Amino acid sequence: MSAQQPTVVIVDDHQLFRAGVRAELDGLVEVLGDAATVEDAVRCVVELEPDVVLLDVQMPGGGGVQVIRDVAKRRPAQRFLALSVSDAAEDVIAIIRAGARGYVTKTISGPELADAVRRVAGGDAVFSPRLAGFVLDAFAGGASGPAPVVIDAELDQLTAREREVLQHIARGYLYKEIGARLHISAKTVEAHVSAVLRKLQLSNRHELSRWAVERRLVD
Amino acid sequence: MPGMSALGQPAARPPLRRDREGAVLGGVCAGFGRRLGIDPIVLRVVFIAASVAGGLGVIAYALAWALMPAEGASRGPALHVPGRPDSWSVATGIGMLMLAVLLLFREWGLWVGDALVWPVVLAAAGGALIWRQSANAADPAPARAERRRSGGSALGRAALGVALVVGAALIFLYFNDALRPARDVLLPVVVVLVAGTLILAPWWIRLVRGLADERAERVRSQERAELAAHLHDSVLQTLALMQRQADNPREVAGLARRQERELRAWLNGGRPFGERSTLAAALELAAAEAEEAHGVAVDVVVVGDCPLDDAAEALVAAAREAIVNAAKFAGPHPVSVFAEIGGDTIEVFVRDRGPGFDPETVPPDRRGVRESIVGRMRRHGGDASIHTAAGTGTEVELTLGRER
Repeated sequence: MSAQQPTVVIVDDHQLFRAGVRAELDGLVEVLGDAATVEDAVRCVVELEPDVVLLDVQMPGGGGVQVIRDVAKRRPAQRFLALSVSDAAEDVIAIIRAGARGYVTKTISGPELADAVRRVAGGDAVFSPRLAGFVLDAFAGGASGPAPVVIDAELDQLTAREREVLQHIARGYLYKEIGARLHISAKTVEAHVSAVLRKLQLSNRHELSRWAVERRLVD
Repeated sequence: MPGMSALGQPAARPPLRRDREGAVLGGVCAGFGRRLGIDPIVLRVVFIAASVAGGLGVIAYALAWALMPAEGASRGPALHVPGRPDSWSVATGIGMLMLAVLLLFREWGLWVGDALVWPVVLAAAGGALIWRQSANAADPAPARAERRRSGGSALGRAALGVALVVGAALIFLYFNDALRPARDVLLPVVVVLVAGTLILAPWWIRLVRGLADERAERVRSQERAELAAHLHDSVLQTLALMQRQADNPREVAGLARRQERELRAWLNGGRPFGERSTLAAALELAAAEAEEAHGVAVDVVVVGDCPLDDAAEALVAAAREAIVNAAKFAGPHPVSVFAEIGGDTIEVFVRDRGPGFDPETVPPDRRGVRESIVGRMRRHGGDASIHTAAGTGTEVELTLGRER
């Protein structure tokens, strides 16, 4: 495993798109392989052990969420970065709650995607402006609907700092720019985003649960 | 997609399915209750009573369980509308009261025998149903809404009431041997009827189910036709345009981007793109227009939403001005628009990654920023500030207090 270039497997049911991503990432990250179906993806990932799996959200046979679930049984530490054309809230929240460490849209440029892969490989979370917007929406202070059943109050709220960081991401700032504006280090910004990711995955907030239930994602 | 399934199910009564979610045992009573629009508890009582009295309930339940297709885990609309106790509750209540009184008599040794007690209980329940029906008719105003809601089941209730009373009378006569002369005639008829039902029932059930499936299929194909029409009007049209413009990358990118917006708006809930119904929609429209006019990608993220009042209109106009400015000077980089509509304030940020500028050097005759952004916001009780420096891009921040 090369220390400079993270290794990836591309999972997407569109052949054209897989080839395009491969070409764009050429020389930036090492593409170990690709897969077009859920079963192929699971086999491929378990076999090749990439640093990061680039994962399409909508695929036949359960989609990216199913891939994450199946791989997690055999490689619980595998890191996923969701890459999708869909920007519907339920798709985004669903794949993040399933365990993806980031979400970027397919219009992202090659170097930006490579950067996102590197960050996910390093254990960080990658939030697109739109994902940050969804999270702010989902954690908005009880603006709509009945109050959620609070199991763990800490998990159901964003701290003021986390909100600030997310607002900056939604405004299109990069981590290091956010750090400079808030007078904290880029590493601290990463820590805040990772904390938000954890809350997103573990929280019982009803907005999150509702999206999950609508998509039949809750067992 | 929730919208799709709602389309496929017209507002008529739900199909007869075992309701697994509302189930106590197998969901038969819950299913029937939902279909008939009555509380399943009534049916449960009936089944239990029928089981105690000779085990008929168990057989009927098992048959229904076997014949009714199960439904998925999704819970339908509210099963029971609370409010005035309806005819069913009253009928059951009266039946129960009757039973209680009779059992009390039995305790006291005044038992008059099964031959009388059960028919009287049944007749009391049936009579209550019928009386209740006519009471509703005599007092139409408050009952009208209820009856409209229950639809055709009013007739069904009256019919069941009649059936209960007639059944009670028949049982009473039977126990008292008054039917013996008629039995010789009736028995063959009943046997033939039962046999016929047994033979024809599966075929009939298949027919009914087939009809329902066919209707669902028709709805689906209509949806497909609608989808095809939409794709034809929009996506195929755009693809054709793009092929003709293939040597003009800017034009192609613009076309693709516009089509993407329209398709997303359509997918995300059917709101036609370009309808300025709310602040979020108006902001997105403003961004799309600037994008088309200047060929620069504008990414919009909106948190929350609110209706468009005068102040919000001014906010949108100021934001549009800021977006157009950003699109003009941002170069190839996308413009980010972020709006957060909170309970007390609305904030909009328009950010570009252009060269930035020194605000001091902007000549006073450049009215764009001063008048259409800052001035406009202040007139509506809001504010605008512009953060920029050479090399870091520009961010316009608009804030507006919300009147509650």
